Amino acid sequence: MENLIALLVAAPLLGAVVLLCGGRRLDKAGHWLGTLLALGSFVVGVVLFLDMLGRDGEDRAMHQHLFSWIPVGGFQADVAFQLDQLSMTFVLLITGVGSLIHIYSIGYMEHDERRRRFFGYLNLFLAAMLILVIADNYLLLYVGWEGVGLASYLLIGFWQHKPSAATAAKKAFLVNRVGDMGLSIAIMLMFTTFGTFAFGDVLAATGAETSGAAAPVSEGKLTAIGLMLLLAACGKSAQVPLQSWLGDAMEGPTPVSALIHAATMVTAGVYLITRSGAIFNGAPDAQLAVVIVGAVTLLFGAIVGCAKDDIKKALAGSTMSQIGYMILAAGLGPIGYAFAIMHLVTHGFFKAGLFLGAGSVMHGMNDEVDMRKYGGLRKYMPVTFATFGLGYLAIIGFPGLSGFWSKDKIIEAAFAYDDGIRGWIFGGVALLGAGITAFYMTRVMLMTFFGEKRWQPTPDPHKDPSAEPAADGHGGEMPHPHESPKSMTIPMIVLAFGSVFAGGLFSLNESFVKWLEPVTAFEHPHPVISVPAITGATMVVLVIGVAIAWFMYGKRPVPVTAPRGSLLTRAARRDLLQDDFNHVVLVRGGEHLTRSLVYVDHTLVDGVVNGTAASFGGLSGRLRKLQNGYARSYAVSMLGGTAVLVAATLLMRAV
Amino acid sequence: MSATAVHSLWTTNGLWATAAEPVAKIDSPQIEYSLIAPTLIVIGAAILGILIEAFVPRKSRYYVQLFLSVVALVAAFAAVVALAADGRGTTSSGIVAMGALAVDGPALFLQGTILLAGLVAIFTFAERRLDPEAHGNRVDSFAAQAASVPGSDSEKAAVRAGFTTTEVFPLALFAIGGMLVFPSANDLLTLFIALEVFSLPLYLLCALARRKRLMSQEAAVKYFLLGAFSSAFLLFGIALLYGYAGTVSYAGIADVVDGTVQNVNPALAGTMGNDALLLIGAALILMGLLFKVGAVPFHMWTPDVYQGAPTPVTGFMAAATKVAAFGALLRLLYVVLPGLRWDWRPVMWGVAIATMLLGAIVAITQTDIKRLLAYSSIAHAGFILAGVIATTPDGISSVLFYLGAYSFVTIGAFAVVTLVRDAGGEATHLSKWAGLGRRSPLVAAVFAVFLLAFAGIPLTSGFAGKFAVFKAAAEGGAGALVVVGVISSAIAAFFYIRVIVLMFFSEPKPEGPTVAVPSPLTMTAIGVGVAVTLVLGVAPQYFLDLANQAGVFVR
Repeated sequence: MENLIALLVAAPLLGAVVLLCGGRRLDKAGHWLGTLLALGSFVVGVVLFLDMLGRDGEDRAMHQHLFSWIPVGGFQADVAFQLDQLSMTFVLLITGVGSLIHIYSIGYMEHDERRRRFFGYLNLFLAAMLILVIADNYLLLYVGWEGVGLASYLLIGFWQHKPSAATAAKKAFLVNRVGDMGLSIAIMLMFTTFGTFAFGDVLAATGAETSGAAAPVSEGKLTAIGLMLLLAACGKSAQVPLQSWLGDAMEGPTPVSALIHAATMVTAGVYLITRSGAIFNGAPDAQLAVVIVGAVTLLFGAIVGCAKDDIKKALAGSTMSQIGYMILAAGLGPIGYAFAIMHLVTHGFFKAGLFLGAGSVMHGMNDEVDMRKYGGLRKYMPVTFATFGLGYLAIIGFPGLSGFWSKDKIIEAAFAYDDGIRGWIFGGVALLGAGITAFYMTRVMLMTFFGEKRWQPTPDPHKDPSAEPAADGHGGEMPHPHESPKSMTIPMIVLAFGSVFAGGLFSLNESFVKWLEPVTAFEHPHPVISVPAITGATMVVLVIGVAIAWFMYGKRPVPVTAPRGSLLTRAARRDLLQDDFNHVVLVRGGEHLTRSLVYVDHTLVDGVVNGTAASFGGLSGRLRKLQNGYARSYAVSMLGGTAVLVAATLLMRAV
Repeated sequence: MSATAVHSLWTTNGLWATAAEPVAKIDSPQIEYSLIAPTLIVIGAAILGILIEAFVPRKSRYYVQLFLSVVALVAAFAAVVALAADGRGTTSSGIVAMGALAVDGPALFLQGTILLAGLVAIFTFAERRLDPEAHGNRVDSFAAQAASVPGSDSEKAAVRAGFTTTEVFPLALFAIGGMLVFPSANDLLTLFIALEVFSLPLYLLCALARRKRLMSQEAAVKYFLLGAFSSAFLLFGIALLYGYAGTVSYAGIADVVDGTVQNVNPALAGTMGNDALLLIGAALILMGLLFKVGAVPFHMWTPDVYQGAPTPVTGFMAAATKVAAFGALLRLLYVVLPGLRWDWRPVMWGVAIATMLLGAIVAITQTDIKRLLAYSSIAHAGFILAGVIATTPDGISSVLFYLGAYSFVTIGAFAVVTLVRDAGGEATHLSKWAGLGRRSPLVAAVFAVFLLAFAGIPLTSGFAGKFAVFKAAAEGGAGALVVVGVISSAIAAFFYIRVIVLMFFSEPKPEGPTVAVPSPLTMTAIGVGVAVTLVLGVAPQYFLDLANQAGVFVR
C-alpha cells in the first residue's frame, strides 16, 4: 500500500509533463487528460484513506522512501514520503477539490486557446502541492513549497497579455520570496540544531526538551526557527505583513483563485505551522507571534473584504481573514491545531464553492467583476444562487452548516488562550471577526443576487485593463445572464454539499479531532467564559452583521458608482494602504539602500577591484619587458636563475 | 645502456677483481625487449620513416608516413596497456635493461599519456585542408622545403612543385620515442640521452613553419641555443652527482644520499659523499628539467618558441614535452632525492610560486593568442609543481592526473588556433578573434570550453586536476603554496575569460578572419580534446583511481 503514495504525485506530474511538452497536438484532448489524472490521484487518495481507516490510530502513518537525493556525509536528504492523518486530510482536500475545479475549468476555459497549457499548470500545481503535504522532511517540503509558488506565479499571470495580470504574478512571486527566505533559513537552523530535517527526527528532538531527555534544545533556537516558519507561513498564506499579493492574485482565472488562492495553496502556511507543532509547543514566544499575526490578519482581511466592490477581491479579503482564523488557531497549540485544520477543510469547501459561484456569475455577466453592476441575479442563475447561498450561510457560521462548527470552535479556543486579558483580547477579536464576516458576506450576497438590476453594457476591454478578457462576449453589449453549463454547475453543487454537511460530520462525536489527535495532539480548551455563552455571543454578532448589511445594501438601493465613503472605507478600498505602506517603507527604503550600496560598490569595491586589476596589469606590462626577444638575455637570466637555484639549495643546507 | 654497462664494469667488476678469475669479463647486456616494447616500436617506426623518406615516391610519402605513425603509436599504446594489464605498473614493476629503465606505474601512465597525446598531435600534423592549395597541391602547416632560404627562388620552386616536408612524421616519432624513455629513465645518463633524443627533433620541427618562416627559424634557433645551454648545465650536474655518489643509477645515488652505502670507490675517494657536490649537482639537474617544463626563471624560451613554431608543433610540445619532463622530474625528486627533501622543497616552493604568479600576471597583457597560451602553460607548470612539492603518494597521482588532463586540452586549444585564419595564415592576434562567437559559434564554444578548462572551472578536467594537485599540496603541508596557487588561478581566470568575452560579446570586425573547415583529422584532435575535458571534468573518479594505482615509483 505504501507504494501507492508516490502515485499520488506521479499522476499529476505526468500530466504536467505531457501537457506542457506535448505541444499543440494535445490541444483537443489535453484538458481531459489533465482532469483524468487529477481524478486518478483522487482515487488513489481515497484508496489510501480507506486503507488507513482500517488500521489503529497510532499505526496509520505510512512511509515510502523513494531515493537518496543528496547523500553527502552528515547531510542526508531523501526523497521520502510520509502519509499520516494530517497529510491524508490535505491529500483528500487537494485532490478532491482539485478534481472538481479541473472539471469546472473544462467549461470555464472552453474558449481560451491556451487551455491545454492551463491544465498543464493546474496539474503541476497539484503535483507540487501533494509533494508539499506528503514530504517526510522539510527539504522536500521546500521543493513542494517552491513548486506551488511557481504554479501560482504561472497561473496568476496566465493572461499575461494583460499588464495587470503580469504585474500581479510578479508581485505574488516577489512577496512569496520573502516568506520562502524564512523557510530556507528555518531549514538551515534546523540542520545546524538537529543535524537533520526529517520531520520525525526534528520533532522528536524538539519533544525531548519538554520530556527532559538528553540534549535539550534551547528555547531561543526553537523561537528563532518558529519565527522563521511563521514568516514562511505569512508569505504563502497571505498573512500580515506579507498579505499584499493575494488581492492582486485575483487577476488569475477564477478556477485558479478558487483552487490555489482560496482552498489549498494559501493554507500551506497553516499546514506548516501545524506540522511543526512540536517546535511551536516548545517556543511560547513564537506561538504568541503566530496568534497575533492570525488575529491581526483576520481583522485586516475582513475590513478589506467589506469595502471591495470587485466580487473576487471581496472574496480574497475574506480568504485572508479566514486563514487568519486558522493561523490564530494553529498558534493556540494543542487546543487549536485540530480546529485550524478542520476550519481549513470546511473553508476549502465553501470558499471554493463561493469562488466558483463568482466565476459562474462573471461567466454570465460578460466577465463583469464589479458587484455594483450586478443585482437581481437570483432569478437568472438559480443553481449558482443556491450553491453560492449555501456557501454564504456556511462561511458566516449559520448554525448547523460547516462554518458554524469549525469557526465556533476556534472562537472558543481563542477565548481559552489563557485565563487573563489575552484570552479576552484574542477571543474578542475572533468574535468581532465573525460579525464582520457576516456583514461583508451578506453585502456580497445582496449586491449580487438581490435588489434591482444594475447591469451595464460591457465596457471596451481595452479601456478597462482589470476586466478579464471576454471569453464569449463582445464589447459594448448588455449582459444576458444565464446559468452556466453543467460542467461548471456540478462541481458547485458538490462543493455546496461539502459546505453544508462537512462541519457537522466532522463534529459528530468529535470524529475529526480524534482522527487528527495522533499527529497533532489535542487538549480540550477551557475558555474564560462558558461555551454556550460564546456560541450565543457569536449568534448575536452574526445577526448584527447581517442586519447592518441588510440596512445598508438590502433596504436601500445600491448606487452604481461607488460613493466617496468614509476615511476607513477609502483606506479599505486601497487594501488598508498596504501597497502605499510597502511603497514608502520597502520600495523607497530599498531604493535608498540600493543607491548607497551602488555608491559603495562603485567607489570602494570597484576601487579595490580595479586598483588590484590595474596594479596587476601594470606589473604585467613591466614584467613582459623582460621578454625582449634576445636569446642572449634569456641565457643570462637562465644563468642567473641557476646561480640563485644553486645558492638557495646550499643556503637551505646552511640554515 | 652502454653507459650502465660501463658503470657496472667499474663497480661490480671491482669487487670481482678479488675473485678467482684474473681476467675481467664483460657480460653481454641483458635487455627485456618485451618490457620496453612501446619505446622500441616508436623508435623503430621512426627509423622506418627515414627509410620511407629515402625510398618511397614523393607522392605517396604523406599517406605511408601518416599510416605508419598512427599504426606505430596505436601499437605502442596497446603495448603499454598490455604491460599495465600484466601488472607491470603495480605488482610486478621493476628495473629493466640493466638498470637503465624503470617499468612502473608512473612510467606506464605517462607513456600512455604521451602516446595518446602524440597520436592526437600527429593528426594535427597531418592536417591538409586548412592552408589554401598551393598550385593545386594540398599543403600542411610545414615548409615546402625546410632547407630553402625563406623568400628565395628555391623556396618558390619547392612550393610550385608541391613539396611537403613529410619528415615531420619520423621527427615527431623520434621525439615521442625520447619522451617515452625520459620519464622511465632510471639512471642519469639515460635521462640525458632521452632528453637529447626528444629535444633535437623538436628544435627541427620548430623551424618548419610554412608561413612566417623567419619567425619560425628564429624560434628554433633560440630554442636550440637555450636548450643546449640548459643541457650543458644538466650534464654538469650529472657529473657532479657522479662525483658524489660514484654511480649514475638512481637507486645507487639514493642509497648514498641515505647513507646506506659505505664502500667508497677508490677512484672517487676524494669526492664521494661530499654534500656540496650533491647539492650543486642536484640543483643543476633540477634546472635542466625545470627548463623543459618551462618553470620560472627558465621559462623565457617558451613564449617565443610557442609563437614561432608551427601551431601543431606548439600543441605537441606544450603537451607531450611537459608530460615527459614532469615525469622525469617526479622520478628524480621521489626516487633519487627523497633524502634531500628538506633541501629541495623550499627551493621548489620558490620556483613554483614564481612560476604560477609570473605566468598568470604576464599573460594579462599578451595580445597574441599563442603567446597567451604559452604564458598560460607557464602558469600551469607552476600548478603542477605545487603537486610535485607535496611529496606524498597523492602528490604523484595528482600530478599524473593533471598531466593527462592538461595535455589534451592543450592540443585541442592549439588545434582550434589553427582554424582561425586570414590571408596571412593563422590569425593569432587577439583583436582578430573579436566576435568570433557570432561568426562561428561552434568553434568559439569549443575554444571557450578549453579556456574554461585552463581556468579550472568546475565540470571541466582543469578543475578536477587543479583540485587534485592543490589538495595534495595542502595535505603535504604546502598550504601557503595553495593560497598562491588559488590567487594565480584567479588572475589567470581573468585573461581566459577575457578571450571568451572577446569572442562572444564584441562586435565582429568586418575584415575579420575566417574559420576554416578542417578535415576529420583536426576534428578528431579537437573532439578528443573536448571529450577528455568533459569526461575528466564530470566523472574524474575513475581516472583519479587509475592515477592513484599508478602512483608508485619502483626503486
